Amino acid sequence: MRRGWTAALAISLAGVLTATACGGSGGEDAEGSVEVFSWWTGGGEAAGLDALIERFEADNAGIAFNNAAVAGGSGTNAQGVLESRLQANEPPDSFQGHAGAELMDYIEAGYLEPLTEFYAEQGLNEVFPPELLEQITLDGEIYSVPVNIHRSNVLWYNPGVLEEAGVEPPTTLAEFEDALATVEEETDAIPLSLGAQWTADHLLESILLASLGTEGYNALWQPGADWSTPEVTEALETFDRIYAYTNTDAGAADWQEASQAVVDGDAAFNIMGDWALSLFQEVGAVEGEDYGYVPTPGTDGTYLWLSDSFTLPVNAPNPEGAQAWLELVSSQEGQDIFNPLKGSIPARTDADASLYEGYLADALTDWQESTMAPSYQHGAAANNRQKSGINDAVGVYIRDGDVAALQEALVTAAGEAG
Amino acid sequence: MRAKRDWLPGLLLVSPSIILIGVFVYGLIGWNFQLATSDKHTNIADGEFVGLDNFIAIWSEARWPGAVWNALVFTVVFVLTALLLGWLLALLLDKGVRGEAGFRTVFLFPMAVSFIATGIVWRWLMNPAPPDRAVGLNALFQDIGLGFLANEWWLTDRWGMAAMALPAIWQLSGYVMALFLAGFRGVSEDLREAARVDGCSERQVYWHVVLPQLRPVTLVAVIIIGHMSLKVFDLIVAVAGRQLAADVPAIYMWDQVYEVRDPAMGATAASYLLLAVAVVIVPYLVWTLRSERKAS
Repeated sequence: MRRGWTAALAISLAGVLTATACGGSGGEDAEGSVEVFSWWTGGGEAAGLDALIERFEADNAGIAFNNAAVAGGSGTNAQGVLESRLQANEPPDSFQGHAGAELMDYIEAGYLEPLTEFYAEQGLNEVFPPELLEQITLDGEIYSVPVNIHRSNVLWYNPGVLEEAGVEPPTTLAEFEDALATVEEETDAIPLSLGAQWTADHLLESILLASLGTEGYNALWQPGADWSTPEVTEALETFDRIYAYTNTDAGAADWQEASQAVVDGDAAFNIMGDWALSLFQEVGAVEGEDYGYVPTPGTDGTYLWLSDSFTLPVNAPNPEGAQAWLELVSSQEGQDIFNPLKGSIPARTDADASLYEGYLADALTDWQESTMAPSYQHGAAANNRQKSGINDAVGVYIRDGDVAALQEALVTAAGEAG
Repeated sequence: MRAKRDWLPGLLLVSPSIILIGVFVYGLIGWNFQLATSDKHTNIADGEFVGLDNFIAIWSEARWPGAVWNALVFTVVFVLTALLLGWLLALLLDKGVRGEAGFRTVFLFPMAVSFIATGIVWRWLMNPAPPDRAVGLNALFQDIGLGFLANEWWLTDRWGMAAMALPAIWQLSGYVMALFLAGFRGVSEDLREAARVDGCSERQVYWHVVLPQLRPVTLVAVIIIGHMSLKVFDLIVAVAGRQLAADVPAIYMWDQVYEVRDPAMGATAASYLLLAVAVVIVPYLVWTLRSERKAS
């Protein structure tokens, strides 16, 4: 019995100590530390962040770096934690967010300081592509600093399966549909592998871009955009036909399984962002042998982009420290430290091209030469409400298979976004 | 009136918990209802009182009716099966199996596992991949020549949530068994003996003597399992992620608050959840109060 009491005492003491330790980190000397919030906790992302932190600490000897990363795919958990901190007016010094319209809620709530002046001071307006700057400008101001660029419209394919089916990597939507049909007839492979519901959203944005063209797609994200046009109907019908070639068990897999099906030879095609590349490298797949890539058919010359960026919250405890962090992540050096590790390309146009090999080298060239379209699924084009509306519409489409209802729901989602 | 020193120390003793529960449970429930009856559809809106508008509007949302349907299917399958299975296991143990303690532990073990862990394992077991790529239970069915049993599990149209109830049943029927076993043991041996002397068969003993006395235990089991089932969130996220195919009110609520960022709709979903749980719990509270009063 006695031992029980000692144990209980020890545990409660430990609890008290942890509690005070947690409290302590918030109340530290503001000059002395900078807290950066992100969802980079594993793989290349964490390695990239660690390299940035190392650099930051070397450059800013007096400032302790507090890495407040919350685990969870594409930040869904992190955003929950962040939301409560912002509402409690206890923001970190800087937090990660997708550049673009996803930040709208934070901006409207007055959580973010505009960084337009910071851009001017640092000369960032000259080094980021003007199209990108235009697409991340919200109500005349820019609110975050993009550290990297990912591409959403990539079609990954298995060269062996394509050879077996006797098809070439398609370049137009019509060719793509033919290729899918041929693969289905000639091989046992899944024509187009798909994962959980959000990967269907991801597929939809590529098809919308391909079918409507860059201008038509970009127009969808302007205020008062019309989603009820025959062009959108046609795009959705194409989506419907292509969706028919996906695996029936898609809902039970996440994107990793869906993408890996391509390198394993279980699937011919998969449309997934270029973060799939890190996965392929992790499983030891060889480019040209286990996988190949082209832009999603019909979208060559357009970069359907998404970007991780950092912000300056209102009432950040250490704005100078945050500014030092933003300077680092926006600098050529910082972006070249981070991106080769993360498996993405720098948003800046003056990156050191020799650091990027294979797919990334191609992507860097494409980024500098392509027109740009913002990804809605990954926060660049649509605010949270519209994005959720689209997600629900696609979810209902997966359940019921009704294209007309899908379009109606998309129109509603666009209307509610306003 | 009783002397002050009779009731004051008692009141002082419980007042911290009364205050804390008042603020953190009932205060927050009140706040939730206030949100649900307002038009605070963004985090920055002021939120004017709109009465029950949200409670009506939610039924025309694309997802909500499906989520409610899913929760109903899940609850019915989960509660009934877990009760039946738990009762059956308890009955078998009560009949005096050799190594009863061992069985009891084995049946109770799943309860020690978290819903997340259970979900991850069952996510694999219930993989709906077609025959050539089958894994988990579908592969097992094929290997033992029962390939026709292979199915799409929780991805089945409309009734998929019945499959989703399997992991929950696996996890909690042992707990129900423990409740029933305690119930069985609570029925005094004298009563059973008396019934046997009066010429009851063993089945009649159970049906007419033991079972009627299990009513309180059954009620407790239904309430505990039922309210867990209505609030289910973690298990489903672990098995299916947050997808429409396996949508339930708790997931809908999470999405409204953290994805759409619509506090009023999130609070409305929360209110419906609370009401649904109340429908299960309140009769139980009334019943306990009444029996306690009877006892005193």
